[in-house]
Amino acid sequence: MKKLINAVEDVVREQLEGMALAHPDLLKVHFDPNFVYRADAPVKGKVALVSGGGSGHEPMHGGFVGMGMLDAACPGEVFTSPTPDQMYEAAKTVNSGEGVLFIVKNYTGDVLNFETAAELAHADGIAVQSILIDDDVAVKDSLYTAGRRGVGTTVLAEKIVGGAAEAGYSLKQCADLCRKVNQYGRSMGMALTSCTVPAAGKPTFELGEDEMEIGIGIHGEPGRTRMKLKTADEITEILALGIIEDGPYTRTVREWDNEKGEWVDVELTDEPFKPGDQVIAFVNSMGGTPVSELYAVYRKLAQICEAKGLTIVRNLIGPYITSLEMQGCSITLLKTDEEILRFWDAPVKTPGLRWGI
Amino acid sequence: MVVTKPQIVRWLEKVAAVLDENKEYLTQLDSAIGDADHGINMSRGFGKVMEKLPGVADKDIGNILKTTGMTLISSVGGASGPLYGTFFMRSGMAMAAKEELSDQDLYQLLKAGVDGIVQRGRAQPGDKTMYDAWLPALEAMKNKLEDGADLLAALKTAVAAAEQGMKNTIPMQAKKGRASYLGERSIGHQDPGATSSYLILNALLETLQEQ
Ligand SMILES: Nc1ncnc2c1ncn2[C@@H]1O[C@H](COP(=O)(O)OP(=O)(O)OP(=O)(O)O)[C@@H](O)[C@H]1O
Ligand SMILES: [Mg+2]
Repeated sequence: MKKLINAVEDVVREQLEGMALAHPDLLKVHFDPNFVYRADAPVKGKVALVSGGGSGHEPMHGGFVGMGMLDAACPGEVFTSPTPDQMYEAAKTVNSGEGVLFIVKNYTGDVLNFETAAELAHADGIAVQSILIDDDVAVKDSLYTAGRRGVGTTVLAEKIVGGAAEAGYSLKQCADLCRKVNQYGRSMGMALTSCTVPAAGKPTFELGEDEMEIGIGIHGEPGRTRMKLKTADEITEILALGIIEDGPYTRTVREWDNEKGEWVDVELTDEPFKPGDQVIAFVNSMGGTPVSELYAVYRKLAQICEAKGLTIVRNLIGPYITSLEMQGCSITLLKTDEEILRFWDAPVKTPGLRWGI
Repeated sequence: MVVTKPQIVRWLEKVAAVLDENKEYLTQLDSAIGDADHGINMSRGFGKVMEKLPGVADKDIGNILKTTGMTLISSVGGASGPLYGTFFMRSGMAMAAKEELSDQDLYQLLKAGVDGIVQRGRAQPGDKTMYDAWLPALEAMKNKLEDGADLLAALKTAVAAAEQGMKNTIPMQAKKGRASYLGERSIGHQDPGATSSYLILNALLETLQEQ
């Protein structure tokens, strides 16, 4: 293992200390329990957005803390979900009285820990809502699995709902918008290489020199299929068509009913893309793939979208939701409407995303 | 048989020791169908419990169990943190203010804990999770106690059932948790959570067999 680390057990803490030193104008870091939060939190009159998950996906989530995006991010150990005390303390710190929205990627560990945190916050009189992001079309069904994983759409949702919260949306409005963004977004990723969790010291899986893994999540978990390496165009086609030709997706998600103070099952169906849709196209690096290669992917993606009648109205290209040093990429397409576009374009000032300001 | 407070404390200590001994083993099981962290997660969590235990060892049993649950919740992470955390929180609530436990109490302790696991994780029997070790264990224990067996005999049957339940997860296809993404590739491997659950229950039996 070759990494810029000191001691394995200090990786997360030292990274957080570095962030605090680098961005004192934007954020602060709380230790024990660990969370990154907006320097000016709690922001008066604004709903607070809290997300989190395992470390190793930077800049997500800590790098998205700041004006127009998240109020707090709770990092777990590398690829391990954070614990409820982190989200609970973060929620208390950033809540201005307008309530807290949890944005949770659909991984069992994240889901269960955020659920526990929501109950703790609720018991403390904090208004909470919790929305799951489950956009990974590589997972086919929700009947025999824990459901689609939360990947690229998470970044877009945090930006868009962050803009809406800044504009004065209520907790319920933020939750409704976040749910809509999740339902409009679909992603698929692939790996050229594996990645090494510092604590493990060796690659999460083995991938031959001439092999690639299609349909991976973001933790180096195995994907849908392993195949011989192909060209950028062919890979882009596999991912893009996987997304565009994906049919309706129905599953039951659990959402927190803030009024009743209990979990309710909500059945959601996402509709497939159709010709005429306007989309945001997000081409993401898994960490080890250079931006130049992402542009090659974007080139082909733009051609495919055009052929399929989808109009790309905005794009995002770069490493935003990564898997340590893994080489590979993911594509996310998000259907947009006037509301989504307005908040996508709204100003944002975080270490990871910054525009309009 | 009366289960005393020192025995409950001893049980938790034994769990910490056993999970630490089996750290590599559990992690290895998790590397086959998960993300190779279950042993690390569990031994970190119970290590923290050991730090907290002296501070509450003279409180009632409910309090000791609840503290264990809270500590696990805030230190384990992953799926098993909230699941085992909820187990001990619920068992603690069920044993509130108790200074010693009857046979029935001990069954209720386990039952409340397992109900908590199911509420939190929504696992069904056969999903290849820790529930597949607990469910047969509880059933076996209940039947034995109803037949008039003493606690140790009932617990022995329960441990045997948990062990069988654990082994029965091998041919199962995972439908919950990280392992579910492997689909059929999860078949042929023993579930790490079911294994740690068996170890926890076995530690209880061994504790009560001591002296
Ligand atoms: N929904 C569930 N209900 C009951 N048990 C579950 C559920 N999901 C997972 N488990 C159990 O959790 C065990 C895995 O625990 P572990 O500590 O490795 O967490 P994890 O899944 O790796 O979490 P994370 O993905 O956040 O790292 C499985 O072996 C299984 O027994
Ligand atoms: Mg695991």
